[in-house]
Amino acid sequence: MDERPHIEIQNLSVWYGEQRALKDISVAFPARGITAVIGPSGCGKTTLLKSINRLLETSDNVRISGRILLDGADIYAPGVDVTEIRTRVGLLASKPFPLPMSIYDNVLYGPRIHGLCRRDNADAIVERYLRAADLWEEVRERLQTPAHALSTGQQQRLCLARALAVEPEVLLCDEPTAALDPISAQRIEDLLRGLKRHMTIVLVTHILRQARRLADYVVFLWLGELVEAGPAEQVFNNPLSERTRAYLMGDIG
Amino acid sequence: MKRVALRRATDQTAKHITAAVSAATSLLVVFIALVLLVRSWPIFVTRPLSELLFSTTWKPLQSAFGYYPFIMGTLWVTCVAMVIAVPICLLVSIYLAEYASRRVYAMVKPLIDVSAGIPSVIFGIWGVIMVVPLVQKLAASSIGRSLSRLPLFEVHNPTGYSVLAGGIVLAVMVFPVIISVAEEVIRAVPTGLREASWALGATRWQTIKYVVLRHAAPGVLAAIVLGFSRAFGETMAVIMVVGNVPRVPRSLFDAAYPLTALIANSYGEMMSIPLYDAALLGAALLLLVIVLLFNLGARLVLMRMIRYR
Repeated sequence: MDERPHIEIQNLSVWYGEQRALKDISVAFPARGITAVIGPSGCGKTTLLKSINRLLETSDNVRISGRILLDGADIYAPGVDVTEIRTRVGLLASKPFPLPMSIYDNVLYGPRIHGLCRRDNADAIVERYLRAADLWEEVRERLQTPAHALSTGQQQRLCLARALAVEPEVLLCDEPTAALDPISAQRIEDLLRGLKRHMTIVLVTHILRQARRLADYVVFLWLGELVEAGPAEQVFNNPLSERTRAYLMGDIG
Repeated sequence: MKRVALRRATDQTAKHITAAVSAATSLLVVFIALVLLVRSWPIFVTRPLSELLFSTTWKPLQSAFGYYPFIMGTLWVTCVAMVIAVPICLLVSIYLAEYASRRVYAMVKPLIDVSAGIPSVIFGIWGVIMVVPLVQKLAASSIGRSLSRLPLFEVHNPTGYSVLAGGIVLAVMVFPVIISVAEEVIRAVPTGLREASWALGATRWQTIKYVVLRHAAPGVLAAIVLGFSRAFGETMAVIMVVGNVPRVPRSLFDAAYPLTALIANSYGEMMSIPLYDAALLGAALLLLVIVLLFNLGARLVLMRMIRYR
């Protein structure tokens, strides 16, 4: 943790209507590596995640206060271009949502809307990111078929390829294996392990074993409050908080 | 004991009565189609279908029954209505489903739904007092005179009772039909799909254009077809503003005589003319079949879309 943190959350509170989902969270995410956000369902993990790419504000009736610094600059400051934030901070959702177009066009969706795709580099972009998501060999013969024809596991890797194609510096993963069979889940985990060398990954999961396998750092949330954050080693083996210990032991949550 | 038996008998009776009435109601459309078919049979056996559909002469006294001018009248008016209605309805549906706040939606949506229930004669009257004079002024204005040089816009008929007036009135009538279905179809696009696009840095409009509308396209198309069949079969409002001249229209400012207007205006008069009755009922059958087919197609698409979700 000696580098400057990549993402710094300062006094973040979120309300859905009258209900407060996050209470005054302050936490830092180190650059590169995987930070796992753990905690029981409904404790605000996904809310925290979606505040980092400003997807939260697209829902009705949400109020957000506090600051989130990405490389030191507040992403909620007035005048910030939200599409630029979302280009830098990618998302892998819990359920794959292939866009209603071909596999090929799914990968190119991001580069196209940002005007980064020309006729002569399109094929190369598609191949590069499908390889990065370990999907190329399975789909190279049928790039023009509709993406929803793929299996769920393949769809999720396509979504990963699509997210990587805009070259984000942060990847938010919202229980990315929740909808997958164990083998597909394994492949996603392997991919994340490879990606963390180049990018900062925030992984929301309620599977403790997954967090143990993947995490370099751990953030533990409980009912909208931050209980503990620190290197995985420390949080898992030597938690400071009694509540963390109880959660890890399976006594609560 | 007796009480229980009575209650059970009442229950059974209620079930049978409701079932019988439901069956009768759903069979009604078949029954109507059959009556039309039987009564129009003489016209279909005495003349080839091609003559009925493509002959331009409608002279019942001389036994000439060509539907062509009326078919073209219907098509012209319906197409003009759709050209006006479709873009407007799409924009309104997109706004309501994607941009409108809950408050705006709660105000606008009931207004649109209510307007679906306005009796068509009221649209007709509105057409006569507002639209027809407007079209008349347009035809007489300098714009009309310069437009007149273009094909489809020539002014032969200065009255204002025209294809254009009929199209405008019909367009307004089908707004609520198209908007309510299209808006719901767009709204039903999964949020996760929108989020997937936003999360890649797409703007709202890019997301709507490339993802939402593409996903909703079959349903939106079905909504348009439902609007089309509504316009196609509309009678009252059209009769009042299109001029009812049995000639194939060549321009937006020409009068037209749609099938619906023909049937409504002529049926019951001069019924002693041989085959007149059969010819009119044949026109009615034609209309029914086309509208039913359109409706069926649209509903099938909508049903399939809902099942996929």
